[in-house]
Amino acid sequence: MTTSDSMILAQGLRKSFGSFEAVKGIDVDVRRGEAFGFLGPNGAGKSSTMRMVAAVSPVSGGTLRILGMDPAEDGPQIRSRIGVCPQEDTLDLEITVRDNLFVYGRYFGLPRKEVRERVDELLEFVQLTEKADSMVEDLSGGMKRRLTIARSLINRPEILLLDEPTTGLDPQARHVVWDRLFRLKQQGVTLVLTTHYMDEAEQLTDRLVVMDKGLIVAEGSPMSLIAEHSTREVAELRFGVGDNEAAADKVADLADRVEVLPDRLLLYTADGEETVAKVHERGLEPVATLVRRATLEDVFLRLTGRTLVD
Amino acid sequence: MATDSSVPTNAFAGAARLVDYWVIVYKRTWKGSAISSFITPLFYVLAMGVLLGDYVEGDPAQLEGASSYLVFIAPGLLAAQSMQTVFGEVTYPVMGMIKWHKTYFGMTASPLTVSEVILGHLGFVMFRVGLTCGVFTLVMAPFGVFATVWGAVLAYLVQFLLGLAFATPIYAFSAGLKDESPFALVFRLGMIPLFLFSGAFFPIDNLDPWMAALAKATPLWHGVDLTRMLTLDTLDGSTALVHVAYLVVLAVLGWFWAVRRLTRRMVG
Ligand SMILES: Nc1ncnc2c1ncn2[C@@H]1O[C@H](COP(=O)(O)OP(=O)(O)OP(=O)(O)O)[C@@H](O)[C@H]1O
Ligand SMILES: [Mg+2]
Repeated sequence: MTTSDSMILAQGLRKSFGSFEAVKGIDVDVRRGEAFGFLGPNGAGKSSTMRMVAAVSPVSGGTLRILGMDPAEDGPQIRSRIGVCPQEDTLDLEITVRDNLFVYGRYFGLPRKEVRERVDELLEFVQLTEKADSMVEDLSGGMKRRLTIARSLINRPEILLLDEPTTGLDPQARHVVWDRLFRLKQQGVTLVLTTHYMDEAEQLTDRLVVMDKGLIVAEGSPMSLIAEHSTREVAELRFGVGDNEAAADKVADLADRVEVLPDRLLLYTADGEETVAKVHERGLEPVATLVRRATLEDVFLRLTGRTLVD
Repeated sequence: MATDSSVPTNAFAGAARLVDYWVIVYKRTWKGSAISSFITPLFYVLAMGVLLGDYVEGDPAQLEGASSYLVFIAPGLLAAQSMQTVFGEVTYPVMGMIKWHKTYFGMTASPLTVSEVILGHLGFVMFRVGLTCGVFTLVMAPFGVFATVWGAVLAYLVQFLLGLAFATPIYAFSAGLKDESPFALVFRLGMIPLFLFSGAFFPIDNLDPWMAALAKATPLWHGVDLTRMLTLDTLDGSTALVHVAYLVVLAVLGWFWAVRRLTRRMVG
């Protein structure tokens, strides 16, 4: 691969706020057409990183190149070619859905006629055509999020940055957003998204980094990360409050690894059903059992000793 | 997908991209601002200029060359109108764009820069100044307060400069504020005393010498005096030059301060 395929290249990238270091030197290389994710808990430094990549927050250390350009030198050029969906919506609540998109297109220097055509297309794309003349303050959370995504597409960006695109949405609204993002990915848009939902990362990204406390703790495809840092299956056992710890010792040898959470035990094993059967053979009676495939949540727990969503 | 958006070639081209935004905002809000912008100054002209003015002797020697009290205060009210429009536009609305609606964050995620965003907003403020002062000038014309037509036109143009001299520093102040509580003080201890004591309502030389000196240091006084020289046709070249220089310097310094403060604020 040549560097010209590199859409975003960060080396030793840092961000400090006063004496506090939110991003402590990360290396990232996002390739053309890729869907790349930053997975991490609250405060991991995901948004701080995204804002540097969006060329709105100056880099504190290391190097960063977006589309081969330095944000310190070519901020406006970079911003003209990317789309940004920030963590917090910055829609104008007091003007209509259509006007929000229209004025945004104008910021990018697009002719009025061209913008009007794109606005109609994008409203269709995010299924907001019927709401075109509503005030933004009358939209639901999911609709606002879709509008923000539509807005970020007005300049037909080469890279789309999405900071927690579905946080706070109900499952149905979330699936609508995922579906739209998936289509963009198929159209060849390079997607970069942050999330603290492992299912979102699994659904949408080809490759991701797990971030914790300003550092990257693992990198790979969702599958490879699971293969590398977890067993294929997980048996979850619930023994009533307070009994989990004691039970953990009795089943420790039945799994590759055992995690004790406040409300349950996680047994990492190649065959979950078999492991549960062995637990029963020992005369142990969990209140509830569940066998599932390992997820990125398990990877995160393994790497940081903490759960993703707290 | 290929993007066909572009980077503005200069700051004015960048600010021009914001015109459609401000037009939409103005279409939504003009009714609310119409009352205070147009009717209130008219009340002042009637109450102070016509009714109160009846009790004031129209002695040009006492009124800096004005033949009546109405003719004396008309330029003062015009300058005050410019100032008040600006105070209204660059305090709460600026905070709203940063903190409440976060509109600026959307704008600066585009190719536009902080300077262009400020320039666009100030352009709108100047539009508002042009409108309120324009209506005011037209309303006052029939009262015979303008000695010459060109004086009226120049007096009107001075309001843009005066407005800008207020707009940039107050904008800068607003851009750095974390919450809106200081605005109440800005109005009560800033705008109102300026309005009352900067030579709009009485000749500044009626004040104690130290108070007169203080009043002459304020931007509003420079604006009032310049406007009055034009409406009364008593223009003195070198004095006018000092006024213009003062206002230009203030506007320019305020501009740099505004860009610095807003950049810092947006970067966080
Ligand atoms: N403008 C700022 N000033 C000071 N500290 C900041 C600022 N922005 C972020 N931080 C701090 O930097 C750390 C990382 O914040 P960041 O928003 O990047 O995390 P995040 O991974 O996006 O978290 P979340 O999932 O909650 O959005 C946090 O401790 C946060 O308090
Ligand atoms: Mg965040």
